[in-house]
Amino acid sequence: MTLKTPLHEEHQHLGARMAPFGGWDMPIQYAGILAEHAWTRSHASIFDTCHMGEFELSGPTAAADLEKLLTQQIGGMAEGACRYGYLLREDGGVLDDLTCYRLGPERFMLVVNAATTSADADWIQAHLSAQTTFHDISSQTGKLDIQGPNSRRAIEEVLQMPLPDLSYFSAREVEIANVTCLVSRSGYTGEWGYEIYLPAQETVRFWKMFLAGGAIRTAGLGARDTLRLEMGYPLYGHELSVDRSPVAASRGRFISLEKTFIGREAVENDLRKGVSHYLAGLRLAGRRAARAGDRVLAQGVEAGVVTSGSFAPSLGTAVAMAYIKNDLCRPGTQLEIATRGGTLPAEVVSLPFYKKGTARG
Amino acid sequence: MNIPENLRYTKTHEWVRIEGDTATVGITEFAQEQLGDLTFVELPAVGRAVTAGEETAVVESVKAASDIYAPLPGTVTEVNQALNEHPELINTDPYDKGWIFRIKLSDKADQSVLLDAAQYAEIAGGN
Repeated sequence: MTLKTPLHEEHQHLGARMAPFGGWDMPIQYAGILAEHAWTRSHASIFDTCHMGEFELSGPTAAADLEKLLTQQIGGMAEGACRYGYLLREDGGVLDDLTCYRLGPERFMLVVNAATTSADADWIQAHLSAQTTFHDISSQTGKLDIQGPNSRRAIEEVLQMPLPDLSYFSAREVEIANVTCLVSRSGYTGEWGYEIYLPAQETVRFWKMFLAGGAIRTAGLGARDTLRLEMGYPLYGHELSVDRSPVAASRGRFISLEKTFIGREAVENDLRKGVSHYLAGLRLAGRRAARAGDRVLAQGVEAGVVTSGSFAPSLGTAVAMAYIKNDLCRPGTQLEIATRGGTLPAEVVSLPFYKKGTARG
Repeated sequence: MNIPENLRYTKTHEWVRIEGDTATVGITEFAQEQLGDLTFVELPAVGRAVTAGEETAVVESVKAASDIYAPLPGTVTEVNQALNEHPELINTDPYDKGWIFRIKLSDKADQSVLLDAAQYAEIAGGN
């Protein structure tokens, strides 16, 4: 079965090219990936991200349960704060990467990947105290991402009202067009922008409202992928999986060791001993792209594997993310990638690939 | 869908313009639309001998790579160098500025294997 977001018909009316993603029939592109990518970096784009999953957890034990389930620190999160981290198995395998919002003293929202929503829900519910209430609110929650350096001005113009000043990775409930929305200053593009959560039945009306002014244009999952890749952001199923340690992905970032959590022992062990391969960025010399699964070589000897790769529109060359042997992942290291079209030279570079993003303001 | 009458076509979505013993090859408007924005073109070496159906060039979009086949046997005499810096010419002008390579046809080249515009329209429309 392929799931459809509330905007499915809108995408078809706009002539979007649709393809399955994470169990959903999603728009890959409208005008074209390169144009949508460029418009997001320079103006503002709207993305249908209704496929993502949302869970609401509440109750006197919710904070303590989340502390145990997630790698990010929950204690100390102010109301409206948002933190990114991992959901781990006991052995440290990554079940998902997710953001956690504190909506009230005893109320939280988790935002998870589409393909993992159902497995996450099962895992989380199996680890909750009796006094914590869990609701999978995915189907009743719409999500629109508006991203790009002009997004604040463009939204304010469309709505004829000011948006609150929000610091990066914080959110607030805002009354928009008679609907209470959660507006979060965050995203997956590296540009200043918002993730807006709203009742699913309002999604079509809001989508049309945001597009009406012409300053905000549609962008699909194709551009979403090239934008996130240029920022070195991981995509679950590519850079992250149950077979990879979160230490290999982010070297201890997004993990708080000031608390206990499921998978902590494995994480500590990996931090102490180091792991064989780490996630790193590779910049290729030309436009030809390496793709997920391509082997990384050091003077012909096996050195790792590509997890994502594409032409990077903002850079004019191809880039890739890869798990690379720990002694070969320092920036400046010269490697090769064995692609279907031949062996391509690549240099390890620091992330993000694209350093002019406006996300943090 | 633009499928010029004066060109010949292949089932694999190449177009062919035959002038004397030379064939100019590109990909159709339908093909470029299916591929999306092109970001890289690998051109064949000039002087390379190719057989009909041989993988002769590669075009890459943001998402995928696709082979371009020689429609007829011959020798590559010229390639469109502009595509090295501007692969998007295939998207914007597939039948003219977006041409990919030229072949001097061998004596054995059998042009009857190529499709005419009407035959190709059925394939492009039927996809």
